Amino acid sequence: MATEAQGEEGGLVLHPMDQFKVEPLFGGDTVAWYTITNVTLWMALAVVAVAALLVLGSSRRAIVPTRMQSVGELAYGFVYKMLEDITGKEGVKYFPYVMTLFMFVVMANFLGLLPMAFTTTSHIAVTAVLALGVFLGVTVLGFVLHGAKFLGLFWITEAPLILRPVLALIELISYFVRPVSHSIRLAGNMMAGHAVIKVFAGFAAIAAVSPLSVVAVTAMYGLEVLVSFIQAYVFTILTCVYLRDALHPSH
Amino acid sequence: MATETQGSAGQAAEAAPTGMPQLDFATYGNQIFWLLITLVAIYFILSRIALPRIAAVLAERKGTISNDIAAAEDLKAKAGEAEEAYNKALADARVEANRIVAETKAEIKADLDVAMQEADAEIAAMSAEGEKKIAEIQANASESVKEVAKETAKDVVAAMGAKAEARTVTAAVNARLKG
Repeated sequence: MATEAQGEEGGLVLHPMDQFKVEPLFGGDTVAWYTITNVTLWMALAVVAVAALLVLGSSRRAIVPTRMQSVGELAYGFVYKMLEDITGKEGVKYFPYVMTLFMFVVMANFLGLLPMAFTTTSHIAVTAVLALGVFLGVTVLGFVLHGAKFLGLFWITEAPLILRPVLALIELISYFVRPVSHSIRLAGNMMAGHAVIKVFAGFAAIAAVSPLSVVAVTAMYGLEVLVSFIQAYVFTILTCVYLRDALHPSH
Repeated sequence: MATETQGSAGQAAEAAPTGMPQLDFATYGNQIFWLLITLVAIYFILSRIALPRIAAVLAERKGTISNDIAAAEDLKAKAGEAEEAYNKALADARVEANRIVAETKAEIKADLDVAMQEADAEIAAMSAEGEKKIAEIQANASESVKEVAKETAKDVVAAMGAKAEARTVTAAVNARLKG
């Protein structure tokens, strides 16, 4: 923590990364795997938010939807259409899993924008599990559905024979980089935005620049709202694209 | 914070000097554990309750909308039919009305003619009677003149001292009156 404190002159102390610390909720210093931490709290809130939107919102099953039900149906239609457009009819049976990913990421992102909140999706550990889940699931699915033919994904038959081994190597590398980029993209975006907001907020302690700082925080906040949705969208659409590769490896 | 971390011998806060809590591997187990629970919870909430319900609502709405559209088309066709029937009824009524008007006109004309004839006859009868009366009156008048003339003539003759003979006076008066 001391490394971040640049507080020698003017009492300016910036701790932009403190908001990402995982801390036990009920005292104690050690974080064991079962400890109830702020991670637990904010993930539980994400579950509550998802349930509120999709379960409570649709509880009246109204033909003419209420506002909340309308938003839930929009989310449903948004992800369903995305999945169907990209993977085709065969991908529709994986819709609950894709919807789970989307709803968790989007809710965690937006909950993270609340003041004093902890952003679970800003942690590489979380996004890596999400991305690895997709990567492993898709790979296993590809082999189960197509057996050895799944490897045709790397062996591009349209290319000249001489180039094929080279392309196969490139394809193989890009395939294994997928979970890395998939997870770091989300965590990096969330972390960077929140850290920048925190830095601007820290500068507000200096009277001369504080109005500018407030404006900057506001502008960054607006940008972050956009990023929160876009990153959830990107994460989901990439999941759909990877799923399509598993379902139709021939092209 | 620093005083706290010194106390705990190790795991959680030791990674802090990197400045990135994201790279504090000691918290990974915790995060992964709770994340898996969260994902399973959301998965079950969605797949068991939310998604089937929303799918049902959307399907129901789609059905309702297509039903309503079909019903609307049905009603529209019916409205068209009704309009046609109305127009036909209107045309029929117009024809009927024209027919009735013509019929009534003819009837009235016939009645009128009969009445006119009757009136004409009555008038003719009345005028004939009137003429007869006038002729009678005229006859009476000339008779009276004759009578008066006779009386007068007789009186004049008597006054002149002669005895007038009735037959000659009458003949003279008649001759005069004719003349």
